[in-house]
Amino acid sequence: MTKDSTANATATSTPDAVAANRPLLKVEDLHLYFGTSFGQVRAVEGVSFELAPGRSLAIIGESGCGKTSLTRGILRLLPQNVSKFTGRVYLNGLDVMQLSDEQFRKQIRWINMSLVPQAALNSLNPVVKVGQQVIEPLLIHDQATKEEAMERAKEVFRIVGIPEAFLDRYPFELSGGMRQRAIIAMALVANPVLIVLDEPTSALDVLTQANIMNALKKIKQDLQLTYILITHDIAISSELADEVLCMYAGQVVEHSSAYRFYREPLHPYAQKLMASVPSLREEKQPDFITGQPPSLFNPPKGCRFAERCHKRFERCDEEPPLFAVGEDLVRCWLYERS
Amino acid sequence: MQSVKQLVEEQPQAAEKQEEYLLQVSNLRTWFELKRFGLFHAGYVKALDGVSFNLKYGDTITVVGESGSGKTTLLRTILGLAQSTGGEMIFAGKKIDKRKDLSWLHRQVGFVQQDPYGALPPFMTIRQILREPMIINGVPKEEQERRVREVLEEVRLLPVDDFLNKYPHMLSGGQQQRVVIARAIVLNPKLIVADEPVSMLDASMRVEILELMRKIQEDHGMSVIYITHDLSSVRYFSEYVFIMYAAKLVEKTDVESVVKNPLHPYTQVLLNAIPDPDPDNVHRFKEVPPGEPPSLINPPTGCRFHPRCHRFIEGLCDVEEPPAFEPRPGHFVECWLYK
Ligand SMILES: Nc1ncnc2c1ncn2[C@@H]1O[C@H](COP(=O)(O)OP(=O)(O)OP(=O)(O)O)[C@@H](O)[C@H]1O
Ligand SMILES: Nc1ncnc2c1ncn2[C@@H]1O[C@H](COP(=O)(O)OP(=O)(O)OP(=O)(O)O)[C@@H](O)[C@H]1O
Ligand SMILES: [Mg+2]
Ligand SMILES: [Mg+2]
Repeated sequence: MTKDSTANATATSTPDAVAANRPLLKVEDLHLYFGTSFGQVRAVEGVSFELAPGRSLAIIGESGCGKTSLTRGILRLLPQNVSKFTGRVYLNGLDVMQLSDEQFRKQIRWINMSLVPQAALNSLNPVVKVGQQVIEPLLIHDQATKEEAMERAKEVFRIVGIPEAFLDRYPFELSGGMRQRAIIAMALVANPVLIVLDEPTSALDVLTQANIMNALKKIKQDLQLTYILITHDIAISSELADEVLCMYAGQVVEHSSAYRFYREPLHPYAQKLMASVPSLREEKQPDFITGQPPSLFNPPKGCRFAERCHKRFERCDEEPPLFAVGEDLVRCWLYERS
Repeated sequence: MQSVKQLVEEQPQAAEKQEEYLLQVSNLRTWFELKRFGLFHAGYVKALDGVSFNLKYGDTITVVGESGSGKTTLLRTILGLAQSTGGEMIFAGKKIDKRKDLSWLHRQVGFVQQDPYGALPPFMTIRQILREPMIINGVPKEEQERRVREVLEEVRLLPVDDFLNKYPHMLSGGQQQRVVIARAIVLNPKLIVADEPVSMLDASMRVEILELMRKIQEDHGMSVIYITHDLSSVRYFSEYVFIMYAAKLVEKTDVESVVKNPLHPYTQVLLNAIPDPDPDNVHRFKEVPPGEPPSLINPPTGCRFHPRCHRFIEGLCDVEEPPAFEPRPGHFVECWLYK
């Protein structure tokens, strides 16, 4: 496959075409609800953010806060039971929510935005050779002939650090780390500008994790990619993040630069989350957040974190908007006048 | 009918608490036979290959190792769920005979298995789940209900009445994990073995569950063997750490020594690879040893880590297997550098 074929897919897709300060991805007021027999799960509620080309955004937050759902919305990989899906998603200025499913599939998914799904380790088809699976995104879009696609597969295998010979192996013949690399290779194969990585290393042990993070950093440097990294492992998130989007109960509660977030996060929830990270090198007792996140069926009226918050005051009965603190954003009344 | 207390205290032979150790394991081996076409011998997966350690009453040991290094096999062998093919085990002063003592052993040991999400039977209520081990072991009915409430309080699933009739899927991951722990302690065991009890949970829940386990362990003077690949949480949870590499315990010592003065080159790279949340991480590459953990069918000769080791001594490390050296009192390491 050649670069031109990607460029032809949509006029806006090459990084060179990006105006210097235009965000690569802009999400506006995204809502994603699921219908269940108990009622509506408000998994994503009014999420907005921008991401500049070449930057990496880490999305963090407790289990169930809506991280995976948010990216499902962005990539339009929606389950059957969606009951509300509204908002705008711009990729390089193109409003992709206006595209038909068919157009979205042809022009956007894999080619411009690709995904390394959560729990991907077991998602490879056990009876199909790894190479065949990695080139699938090229073949379903008629991006290349089989031979061209295999050439490209060799190239991406080299990029992610898997020996070429593994193209001919079955998934069970690969270790967990190698399988995860193969899945990353698949996400790279159609030359996208944005890759979403959903918990790419949480099933792997420390050394394999470190290896994959090294590979992802290298790829980012070499290919000028933009990443969205989803994880509940805060230490790991700092390996890739230029900025951090912290979610709580379906909402963004803080969007800060990595320097702010890992050193002095703004939101009380983010502060607690940072305090819960155990450290091997420091003498500190990790803390945990008492209580549980609110139900997404019927979230509380005011600030969603108020019930568990150590800094709660009267104002918190009302829902806070996002306040700007310098370049960063935080959804907390403590910052109303800053 | 017996009460929970009797069940646990009833012990074959003398073996009262005079001895220091609850569990003594020496040179334990578990080799799984590989069969070609299900028939012909084709070698062994040496999943546990000469492991020795002692566990005192009331102590906690953490076993850390990469995926596939044999951690689960170690626990399963201790529980008699995997057949050991060599070595010896003494539990509470009694040498364990695999043919006779397994059911006795199972009552003394609570098991928290890997993967909390698959651990609980989906069609049983929490009450039924917690009663089951007591029914199997003949605890009287009145006592069952009392004990169910007691352990639910202990794992802080409160108010207890809210949980008794729930099914596992109605609970969050952290709550399910507490039920698993409650089930492991319901017979009041002397030893809890916990296989990656928190690896599926997020940081805040991890800390909460580990603290809970710590408290239960201290309150009852239980011993714990805790398995994880997350070294960073070890410090808050246990006294001793064993580092496992390719079916062997390559370093054994207390937590502070491992963190401050790791001796085995493998332990050193493992510690280096653990990230702390730091915005500067983005600009650094991690130092990781080349290669992957070896096959347990054909492990490298000599020291199993030598092909990845930057301090490898030719003619020694690749030829002879290092025994356990003790360069500092209580700090054991299987590495020729400490000869
Ligand atoms: N198809 C669905 N139908 C109903 N509810 C759903 C569906 N998918 C997700 N949910 C619910 O939406 C909420 C958000 O889920 P999501 O998977 O986005 O969380 P997450 O932040 O990715 O969590 P984790 O860290 O555990 O992966 C959860 O309460 C989840 O149970
Ligand atoms: N019943 C069995 N028959 C054959 N091989 C086995 C069996 N059980 C485990 N093994 C092999 O023994 C080795 C050690 O496995 P084990 O499950 O103990 O590793 P682990 O350290 O617990 O790994 P993980 O962190 O992935 O859980 C692996 O190579 C595994 O494939
Ligand atoms: Mg998720
Ligand atoms: Mg295991």
